[in-house]
Amino acid sequence: MIEKKQLSEDKLLEKVTTTEYKYGFTTDIESDTIPKGLSEDVVRIISAKKNEPQWMLDYRLKAYKAWIEMEEPEWANVSYAKPNYQDIIYYSAPKQKPVLDSLDDLDPEMKKMFDKLGISINEQNKLANVAVDIVMDSVSVATSFKEKLGDLGIIFCSISDAIQDHPKLVKKYLGTVVPARDNFFSALNSAVFSDGSFCYIPKGIKCPMELSTYFRINEAGTGQFERTLLIADEGSQVSYLEGCTAPMRDENQLHAAVVELIAMDDADIKYSTVQNWYPGNAEGVGGVFNFVTKRGICYKNAKISWTQVETGSAVTWKYPSCILKGDNSIGEFFSVAVTNNFQQADTGTKMIHLGKNTKSTIIAKGISAGKSNGNYRGLVRIAKGATNSRNFSQCDSLLMGDKCGSHTFPYIEVKNNSSKIEHEATTSKIGEDQLFYCNQRGIGTEQAITLIVNGYCKDVLNQLPMEFAVEAQKLLEISLEGSVG
Amino acid sequence: MLKINNLKAGIEDNQILKGINLEIKTGQVHAIMGPNGSGKSTLASVIAGKEEYEVEGGEIDFEGTDLLDLSPEERAHKGVFLSFQYPVEIPGISVSNFIKTSINERRKAAGLDPMPAKELLRKLREKMELLSIKKGYLSRNMNDGFSGGEKKRNEIFQMAILEPKLSILDETDSGLDIDALRIVANGVNKLRSEDNATIVITHYQRLLDYIVPDFVHVLHNGRIIKSGGKELAHELEEKGYDWITKEADKKWD
Ligand SMILES: Nc1ncnc2c1ncn2[C@@H]1O[C@H](COP(=O)(O)OP(=O)(O)OP(=O)(O)O)[C@@H](O)[C@H]1O
Ligand SMILES: [Mg+2]
Repeated sequence: MIEKKQLSEDKLLEKVTTTEYKYGFTTDIESDTIPKGLSEDVVRIISAKKNEPQWMLDYRLKAYKAWIEMEEPEWANVSYAKPNYQDIIYYSAPKQKPVLDSLDDLDPEMKKMFDKLGISINEQNKLANVAVDIVMDSVSVATSFKEKLGDLGIIFCSISDAIQDHPKLVKKYLGTVVPARDNFFSALNSAVFSDGSFCYIPKGIKCPMELSTYFRINEAGTGQFERTLLIADEGSQVSYLEGCTAPMRDENQLHAAVVELIAMDDADIKYSTVQNWYPGNAEGVGGVFNFVTKRGICYKNAKISWTQVETGSAVTWKYPSCILKGDNSIGEFFSVAVTNNFQQADTGTKMIHLGKNTKSTIIAKGISAGKSNGNYRGLVRIAKGATNSRNFSQCDSLLMGDKCGSHTFPYIEVKNNSSKIEHEATTSKIGEDQLFYCNQRGIGTEQAITLIVNGYCKDVLNQLPMEFAVEAQKLLEISLEGSVG
Repeated sequence: MLKINNLKAGIEDNQILKGINLEIKTGQVHAIMGPNGSGKSTLASVIAGKEEYEVEGGEIDFEGTDLLDLSPEERAHKGVFLSFQYPVEIPGISVSNFIKTSINERRKAAGLDPMPAKELLRKLREKMELLSIKKGYLSRNMNDGFSGGEKKRNEIFQMAILEPKLSILDETDSGLDIDALRIVANGVNKLRSEDNATIVITHYQRLLDYIVPDFVHVLHNGRIIKSGGKELAHELEEKGYDWITKEADKKWD
C-alpha cells in the first residue's frame, strides 16, 4: 500500500518537473540536472542552458531528428543489454562551478582520485609542460595554462566556450569529419553533447606542450557525451592527450563521445588516449558502455597518429580512423586493448586512402584475460585515385588463460593496383605452461605477466609521451592483476 | 643434496608417480631412463614444483628443506633448474631480458643487489662462446620461433648462466644434431663440479657417452624398477626394456 502511494507520488513529481521544463526551458536554466529521457524539448533545454546560438540549436535538432530514425548498430562482436535511452539524464552540471586560478584550488576528493591513478596534481604542476583541462560531469571546471597558449594564438578551451567565443571556427568545422548522421552514436552525441574540448593551432605553430584532458563520469545515471574538435592549421603541430577514469558504479553508464581531428596541409596531430572507464566488477556487473566515434582528416602532407591504451569499460566500440585526403598524407594507429573478466571490446581503425602516395600504419595489440572477448576490426580502403599508397597492418592477440577469446576482422578494399598492402597477424598465449617456465627460472607470476605484457605492448607504449607511458604501464598491470592462474 | 622419499603424485584420479625413492649426492650425475609415458617428465616437473600435479605423499628433501613446501620460484632460487623437454615460447620477452630478470630475482632472494650490467654482459658472452651461440640471439624473444635444437641449446645456456646446484635435463639430447649434442654435452661437463649435481633424463646411450653418469635408473610405470652403474645404460641399449619391465609388472600386479 505504502509502496504504491510512493510510486504514484514519484510519478506525479516527475510529471510536474517535466512539465515545468517543457514550458519553462527558456527561462529556467538554474537547476543542475534535467529530467531523464530524450525528446526535442530536452535538446532545446540543453542548448538553452548553454546559451547557445540558433545555429547550434539547429544543428542539434537536425541530429536528433536523424537519431530517432536510426537503429542501434548490432554488427559489432559484442553483446550487452541495450541502454534505455529514455532512462538517461542528458545534462548535468556540477553543484557549484568553481573558477580555479590554479590547480591547487582543486577539490581534495578529486585530487585523491588523481593520486590513485598516479597522476597527482602536484606531479602535473611540476610537469609545467602539461596544460590540463578537466572535464567533470560534462562541464569544464578547471582550465589552465590558457594564457601561455593564448600568446601563441592557440585556442584550448571547452567546446561550450568555443561555441560562445569562436563560433566561426566551430560552425565551419563541427560535424565535417564525423557528420551527425554518420552512425547512431554520433547522431546521439551531436544532439545532446554537453561539453568537451576545443583546440585550434594556428598556421605554422608548434604547440610547445602536450595538451591534456582528463575526463570522468561523476553523477550516477548521467550519460556522457563529450565532443572534441581539434583543428591543426597549415604546418602546425600538436600532441593531445586524453585520459579518463570512472568511479565504481553498479548500473551501466553510457559514454558516446565524438572526436574530430582536422589536419590541414603539412600539419601533424598526435592524439593519445588512455581509457580506463569502470569495467564492471569481476562478475560482469556494471561498467561503462563506451561507444566512441573518432575520426581525423589529413590534407596534403599532413599526418594524424592515434595511439590508444584501452583498459576500461564493460563494452567498447571504437574505431579511431583517418581519412587520407591529401596527397602524401600519413595515418597511424597504435593500439593496446585489454579485456579482462567479462569485458568486451570491438575496436580497430579505418584508414581511408584517397590521396596519392598516402601511407598508413596499423599496430594493434589485443590482450584478453578472464572470460573476456577482444576483437580487432579494421578497414583499409584504397580508392582508385590513391596511387602508390601503402598500408602496413600488424594485429597481434595475446590470450591469458583459455576462457577468453579474440577475433580479428581485417577488411581490405583496394581499387588500384599500384598500391601495396601488408598484413601480419599473430596470436600468442600466456598459459600455465608459460608461467611455470618463468617460475622455474625464478620469476614470479605477477612479474612474468608484467614482463610479457610490457614487451608485447612495447611498440605501442613507445608512441606515448613519457609520463603517459608510465601511467599506461601501471594501468596495464592493475587491469591484469590476478588474470592467470 | 637431494633425497626423494616415497614420492607419489598424479593428476586428478590418475596416479603417475607411485612411490619414487632416489638419493643424489653432490658431484654426482644420475641418469633416468625408461619407456615413454613411464613418468620421467612428471618426476622432473614435481621436483620443480609444477602445480598441475597433485602430490599425494612423500618428501623431496633438498639440502635440508622439503621442496614440497616451496613455490616453483623459491625452488629455483634455491638452485633447482629444469631443462624442459618441451621449452615453451614466451612472447614479448627477449632472451637477454629474461635471463637478466632470472638472475636478479635469484640474487634478490639471496639478499644481493642486481648484477652489474658489465658483469652480466661478460657472463653472457662467455657462456655464448662455451655453447657456440650465434650473435643476435639475445635480442630474440624467448624461444619464439626457435628451432627444436635452438630451444634445447637455449635451456643449457640458461643453466650455464644461472649455475644451479641441481640440474635436471629432460631429454635435452632430443632434437640436437650430432655437433650440437657434442657442444651441449661438453658445456654440461664443464659446468660439473663437486658442489652441484645433475639428473639426465634420456632415451639414448649416445648422450651418456658424453655425460658419463655415476648411476642409471630405470623408471617404469611410476616406479624406479632398477638401478645400476653406467653399464646398465649399455645393457638397455642392447636389450630394450622388456626384460626388466615384465618382471616388474609381475611384482606390482
Ligand atoms: N598433464 C597431464 N595430464 C594428463 N596426463 C598426464 C599429464 N602429464 C603426464 N600425464 C601422463 O602421465 C604419464 C607419464 O607422463 P610423462 O610425461 O611423465 O612420461 P615420460 O616418461 O616423460 O615420457 P616420454 O619418454 O614420452 O617423455 C603418461 O601416461 C602421461 O600421459
Ligand atoms: Mg618426458
